[in-house]
Amino acid sequence: MPSEKPQIKLYTLSTCSHCMRTKRFFKEHGIDTDTVDVDLLTGEERERIMNEVRKLNPDCSFPTICIDDDVIVGFNEDKLRKALGIT
Amino acid sequence: MTPEKLYEILSAYAVSQGIRLNKDKPFVMDIMQGLLTNGARYGYRSCPCRLAWGVKDKDADIICPCVYRDPDIKEYGSCFCGLYVSIPWNEDKIEHRQVPERRPKEKRAT
Repeated sequence: MPSEKPQIKLYTLSTCSHCMRTKRFFKEHGIDTDTVDVDLLTGEERERIMNEVRKLNPDCSFPTICIDDDVIVGFNEDKLRKALGIT
Repeated sequence: MTPEKLYEILSAYAVSQGIRLNKDKPFVMDIMQGLLTNGARYGYRSCPCRLAWGVKDKDADIICPCVYRDPDIKEYGSCFCGLYVSIPWNEDKIEHRQVPERRPKEKRAT
């Protein structure tokens, strides 16, 4: 397990089942995240956040998960566990 | 329309198409809720796993069932969202893998 708490940002859709699974995974493991539901944003705010997503994941698909410098696209429990050091 | 009612309708529809809804019912019920939310929000049930433009003409290809469903099921056994699947997929006879986005980049909402 990394010694310092990782910075985690979740780019999600409020309607997306894969995103819901992702949110639940972090919640169940008691891990804090900075989560943004992009479909609930409008105008300049949405544009700004989508520019962030595009830089991390050119496919602009959801969820896009940023754990420090690692980017994980989609809900993949094995990848999340590995990135977070959860056995 | 309730999520349960939509589930019943789409389940029968899937069977009529020779495919199935994903056997993971809680996962599918989240999708039902997402479809209903998008229906109320946009006036059409766009794919809950994709960012919509909110303009029907621009989202026509991702109104569920999306135009990418059949090629995705043919290639991966599942649609992008994991709602519609092939019978072998539901019977675990083919690998359950993450389905890549088939929607052309220029059509994706920003």
